[in-house]
Amino acid sequence: MLWETIRLALQAILRHATRSFLTVLGVVIGVGAVIAMVTVGQGSADQVTADVEKLGANTLMVLPGEDPLGGGPPGTALKMFTLRDNNALEEQLSVVRVSAPISQMRARVVFGNENRRTDVVGTDNRYFEAAQWEFALGRPFTAAELQSGRPVCVIGETVRDTLFGRADPIGQSLRAKTLSCEVVGLLRSKGASTFGTDQDDFVIMPLRTFQRRIAGNSDVSVLFAAIREGVDTERAAREIEALMRQRRRIGAAEEDDFDVIDMKQVASMLAGITDILTGLLAAVAMVSLLVGGIGIMNIMLVSVTERTREIGIRLAVGAEARQVLMQFLVEAVVLSLVGGLIGVIAGLGMGYLGARALSVPFAPDPLIVLVAFAFSAGVGVIFGYFPARRAARLDPIEALRHE
Amino acid sequence: MAERAGQARAPLIELEGITRIYGQGAAEVRALDGIDLTIREGEFVAIMGPSGSGKSTALNVIGCLDRPSGGHYRFCGTEVATLTRDQRALLRRHYLGFVFQGYNLLPRMSALQNVELPLIYKGLKRAERNRAAMAALRHMGLGDRAHHDPSELSGGQQQRVAIARALAGRPRVMLADEPTGNLDTKRSIEIMEVLTALNREEGLTIVMVTHEDDMAAFADRLIWMVDGRIASDGPMGKAA
Repeated sequence: MLWETIRLALQAILRHATRSFLTVLGVVIGVGAVIAMVTVGQGSADQVTADVEKLGANTLMVLPGEDPLGGGPPGTALKMFTLRDNNALEEQLSVVRVSAPISQMRARVVFGNENRRTDVVGTDNRYFEAAQWEFALGRPFTAAELQSGRPVCVIGETVRDTLFGRADPIGQSLRAKTLSCEVVGLLRSKGASTFGTDQDDFVIMPLRTFQRRIAGNSDVSVLFAAIREGVDTERAAREIEALMRQRRRIGAAEEDDFDVIDMKQVASMLAGITDILTGLLAAVAMVSLLVGGIGIMNIMLVSVTERTREIGIRLAVGAEARQVLMQFLVEAVVLSLVGGLIGVIAGLGMGYLGARALSVPFAPDPLIVLVAFAFSAGVGVIFGYFPARRAARLDPIEALRHE
Repeated sequence: MAERAGQARAPLIELEGITRIYGQGAAEVRALDGIDLTIREGEFVAIMGPSGSGKSTALNVIGCLDRPSGGHYRFCGTEVATLTRDQRALLRRHYLGFVFQGYNLLPRMSALQNVELPLIYKGLKRAERNRAAMAALRHMGLGDRAHHDPSELSGGQQQRVAIARALAGRPRVMLADEPTGNLDTKRSIEIMEVLTALNREEGLTIVMVTHEDDMAAFADRLIWMVDGRIASDGPMGKAA
């Protein structure tokens, strides 16, 4: 009997495919939107998580200034670090595995007819280790190059691409500001960072070269510290803070004039924001699903006169109330499930295209598919079944007379 | 038919002091105000009367589509008031067939599916159902219209589909409420000839409400109602 009822319901739906489709269009769009949004949102969150993983061993950045994001009062000169500060981190703190001194500025680099504004960075080989850079071509700096501040550099993939195209850059000389320096190494591309910046867009030279020939001072602007495996980054940050306060002679009552940033924490915060955005998008999509449900209710209510007469006719020819209800229930649920199914397929399709367009992983969530599906069935029950139940409780003649 | 002949003249429908009251207090309307009526197997009864005289209400009570407010209604000796909703549905399913003025076909089903409707509830298998419904449609001369929607059929054809539906369940009684009310004279007479033939040849008991003398004339017995009461009841010709 149930199978027969399902068969008849499908027959009734297919016989009026256009009408049936319009009835469930709201649910199709609602379910599709929810699934597409959540899929893309989940993909973005996965991407951020993967980026956080890529940051590798926990790294901390020490920057001068009270608030690295807000900055101090305008015109206040920041108290920079020195190479000794950096080496002190490594030597005096066991939690620090390796620390690299970094100094950098934006500058134009030129080769032949090509040029590019990029970050020119002065550091030493410890940076490659701390930030886990690998060499695609060439080599890191030699001790002699570092010691005497020779004009040599290691470049990122983006700089190579702009200046040299696909050609081998090793041994070529590029000009950074007024300094001509020889390319000795090319780093393997890391692509865009979590923050959307191009990590391969820089030229790296020995710190001493940079200080003397580019910056004209002996400042170090960033200490880039990799924490020893298994050490809590918060503890490491506290130790670094204490050491730097001592080295910079900050009184007990005074605020820090530098800041320790946990890269992983920042990335996690970003992942949190992505989650919130996904939630918001899903909420908006849920509203459209609700609107779709109301659309179904509207159409069901419009046809309730017709359906009430139908119920009257069925009762008159000898149907029991529960047989009529079963038929209406099955019809409503089958209709909404068909709508839900179309919505799921459309949603996954849109989610796939969206994920590709944003180049994030395609991450369909079975739970949300299930929830959307269950919701569409629920819409069918609520808006199809309850009006029918009211009608089936009438005496047949009242149902037949319904205007 | 031998079995039917044996039961002939047995009381099938017995109404005793039946009332049907709508509303309460000052707004009370007594649609049926004490009806006593016995209809026997094989009769062809016409119920007439002015508008609002309660003739349709009487038919609905007989058909268990409506419940009386008071009095006794026995169908085949069973007190209908003691039956549950579902038992009344079973009674309609197995003993009663309805024909309405407005046909009451389901609009989005073919003629064949409409005729099959009571058979679904009787629990017939698909093939069996199909055969019985086709037979009923052919009987009504509509074998070639089986797969048309009601909207593609004329009024006369739709009413014949409705009669086929009423007959497909092999009822003991056919209840017809103004079956020719929406039809022109020629179609009306065709429908009445069909009903008369069913009554004469197959012994089907028919109770028909009409306001047209020409149609009532096909019946054997005429009941005249006024203000919810039976004003006269007798063989056709004498009472009118």
